[in-house]
Amino acid sequence: MATRKVGEVILEVKNISLAFGGVKALTDISFDVKEHEIRAIIGPNGAGKSSMLNCINGVYQPQQGSISFRGQTFKHMNSRQVAEMGLARTFQNLALFKGMSVLDNIMTGRNLKTKANIFQQAFRLPFGWGAAEREESAQRLVVERIIDFLEIQPYRKTAVGKMPYGLQKRVDLGRALAMEPQVLLLDEPMAGMNVEEKQDMSRFILDVNDEFGTTIVLIEHDMGVVMDISDRVVVLDYGKKIGDGSPNEVRSNPDVISAYLGTSH
Amino acid sequence: MQTTFTRLMLAHAAQRPHAAALREKEFGIWQTLSWSGLATLVRELACGLHEAGLKRGEHLVVIGENRPRLYACMLAAQSLGAVPVPLYQDAAAPEFVFPITNAEVAFAIVEDQEQVDKMLELRSLLPPQCPQLKNIWFDDPRGLRNYSEPGLAPLDALIAAGRAFDAANPQVFDAEVQQTQPDDVAAMFFTSGTTGNAKGVVHTHRTLLDRAQAGARFDKLTHDEEVLAYLPPAWVGQNIFSYAQWLVCGYVVNCPESASTVGIDLNDIGPTYYFAPPRIFEGLLTTVMIRMEDAGAIKKWLFHHFMAVAKRVGPRLMDGKTVGALDRLNYAIGKLAIYGPLRNTLGLSRVRVAYTAGEAIGPDLFTFYRSIGINLKQLYGSTETAVFVCLQPDHQARADTVGVPIEGVEIKLTEGGEILVKSPGLLKEYYRNPAATAEVLTAEGWYHTGDAGFLDADGHLKIIDRAKDVGRLQGGAFDAAMFAPKYIENKLKFFPYIKEAVAIGDRRATVCAFINIDFEAAGNWAERRNLPYAGYAELAQKSEVYELIRECVQQVNADLAHDEKLAGSQISRFLILHKELDADDGELTRTRKVRRGFIAERYQVLVDALYEGKTHQYIETQVKFEDGRTGMVAADLKIVDAQIFPAVKRAA
Repeated sequence: MATRKVGEVILEVKNISLAFGGVKALTDISFDVKEHEIRAIIGPNGAGKSSMLNCINGVYQPQQGSISFRGQTFKHMNSRQVAEMGLARTFQNLALFKGMSVLDNIMTGRNLKTKANIFQQAFRLPFGWGAAEREESAQRLVVERIIDFLEIQPYRKTAVGKMPYGLQKRVDLGRALAMEPQVLLLDEPMAGMNVEEKQDMSRFILDVNDEFGTTIVLIEHDMGVVMDISDRVVVLDYGKKIGDGSPNEVRSNPDVISAYLGTSH
Repeated sequence: MQTTFTRLMLAHAAQRPHAAALREKEFGIWQTLSWSGLATLVRELACGLHEAGLKRGEHLVVIGENRPRLYACMLAAQSLGAVPVPLYQDAAAPEFVFPITNAEVAFAIVEDQEQVDKMLELRSLLPPQCPQLKNIWFDDPRGLRNYSEPGLAPLDALIAAGRAFDAANPQVFDAEVQQTQPDDVAAMFFTSGTTGNAKGVVHTHRTLLDRAQAGARFDKLTHDEEVLAYLPPAWVGQNIFSYAQWLVCGYVVNCPESASTVGIDLNDIGPTYYFAPPRIFEGLLTTVMIRMEDAGAIKKWLFHHFMAVAKRVGPRLMDGKTVGALDRLNYAIGKLAIYGPLRNTLGLSRVRVAYTAGEAIGPDLFTFYRSIGINLKQLYGSTETAVFVCLQPDHQARADTVGVPIEGVEIKLTEGGEILVKSPGLLKEYYRNPAATAEVLTAEGWYHTGDAGFLDADGHLKIIDRAKDVGRLQGGAFDAAMFAPKYIENKLKFFPYIKEAVAIGDRRATVCAFINIDFEAAGNWAERRNLPYAGYAELAQKSEVYELIRECVQQVNADLAHDEKLAGSQISRFLILHKELDADDGELTRTRKVRRGFIAERYQVLVDALYEGKTHQYIETQVKFEDGRTGMVAADLKIVDAQIFPAVKRAA
């Protein structure tokens, strides 16, 4: 771990404000993410963590502020464009195809990388002759490497809906990895997991970061996990940024302590 | 046999260069390594190890799951006349200290990060425990990118170095292979000692290959067999089945994708030659039974109907006995509807020869597999005998014997009933332990197995117990009759409701027993009968449960009455213990073997009560909880009699 080098700023969020009618979800939030780092966004319930991720991801369009990715500045992002630029995400409440196998679910993550046209896809040739067939085996290899990496080989052909929750979360991560992202946005990857599953997931997040050099932005509730695995932490409370720094700095920040231990607002 | 492991491998590579030698499932697809590919890999690895300084007679530790490249590493070491020492991959680092220091190991080849971490832990122990361990190579680089320890390198680096060395010195490999002789040491296996440190069992090329060949001839194995290698390579059985016999026969060894996919891989491959300890067969059967419980009424009826047919007809068919036309027809329909699909689900449809060994297998379990047409047989052997001592011939498999001595084996019994073995496959010695060697190996070449048993009328070996546990009855109708506690206990334990049993009877007139019920099975049984119970102790003392266990005990008694030698060992009285025997309380060893001496002492009052004819006995016992705290449990245990049957002569 020690030799992993954190690079230049890759993603920068400037003065983002987002409101739904009269409800201010985010107010004037700014922070940056450096290449190869693990950056956590934490905060109590309703602090605006997922809204922040949704702004970066292009699901929400903030009223003010801008987002820069690799030097390009955007007023707001667009989901498809975000994916093409190399940002992938996982979901807090799993958006997997329950009836499909693990293999097929992860395959969907390769959607943007397939080039064969609709006719080649529709009319298949035997013995892997067609372009779509050749492409599929190449894509399958990428997917298999992810299955191997996440150690879910025994479930390759199991329908996702039949699997335990902790493993479904792993499949969700696998599908995001299938996009070969430069930045991975993880929305509460450990929510609802038991201790062992959390340990496994932490291990995989660190491994992804280490093996592929993927930059990781993660939202998490479990303070222990966040403090253990992240390089820097942003703390939100009621849509405002109240802390930013290394886990140790954040831990001793009086505003953060009061937000977590509770004071009157 | 005038050959060595490497020469056998090279011969296969010369005769059938493109045939598959090893397969491994990787990225969802079975990848094949041909014999010629293997030969090249071994050559390069051997040259790399030679250059790194591995010398003739030195040891190379190999730790990992079954992986083609680790197999190649063992062959590479043997090419140089060095000795591969496979160790258990699931052992903790401190358990490696003894083998590695004992054999002064300087070189280790391990599978992955997990094993590398253990090796590095050994080097960092203070005071230094394994300072001589200087080179560690790993097969799978995952997670190891940023390790920068002296002497740690990927296996690919070793192969590349070997390739370069071979190009510059092409004669070295061949010369080394030529120099290695059949009587040189080929491998060392550490056996788990029940007392004290493990012992390194030293085998030569000749001992291992002779037994591998004898076993292969016995079952007419060919190069067409398919084997799935899924048990630890450090265990001599795995080494014989998927390494020594693999090289002797030239069949294909398949390595599973990971430990958790063995079931799926078994189905993919459909092995023709298969080995598993009884607990694996039991696990497979349990899964089938649980799934059948959930099946629809028609399927359930079909299953039970045809399994009854199978039970009646299957074993007779397997034994080559005559079977009526109607039964044959019934069985054929059953095969189509049930047995065939079932075997396929189990991944055993192509099995030609399957073995089980290691512990006693229950007769029902054994019959189940044979009745659906799987040629399951038993064998007898140990690390010291290079496995094959006795094997069951195809048509003479029985649950209670372990087969006939195969070619080259002589068996004799000592006065005390201990089995002595003479065979070309006996160990050379225990490594650096002449005292232990002298204890088991006589000057005339007999090996003391430590097992008590006898050859029955058909010449089949029957194992009764560990020799040191066998006692004699004293006084009463069966004065001086043999008493073999484990034999009786095993018979009891074959019942699902009985988890553990302790038989008492040495130097006594009759035999009594402590029983531990199986909480799950007995609890389930009670629930189905609407018997309420609050916990283990209460369930154990229910009179209905006593009745249930009494029936089991009486069945065992009826069975024992059929055996002249053991008729005196029928259980006259028994009690059900209020707590489970537990390793934490010192009542069992960590491998779940009953510690008789300790139990006899701890439960002295109960033993006395059994023999004094009391009908109940109060007892208080100290128990240790998992978190280390202790507490007391007290109970008033019922003691009941069981029916004894007159000894009957088995009809011939």
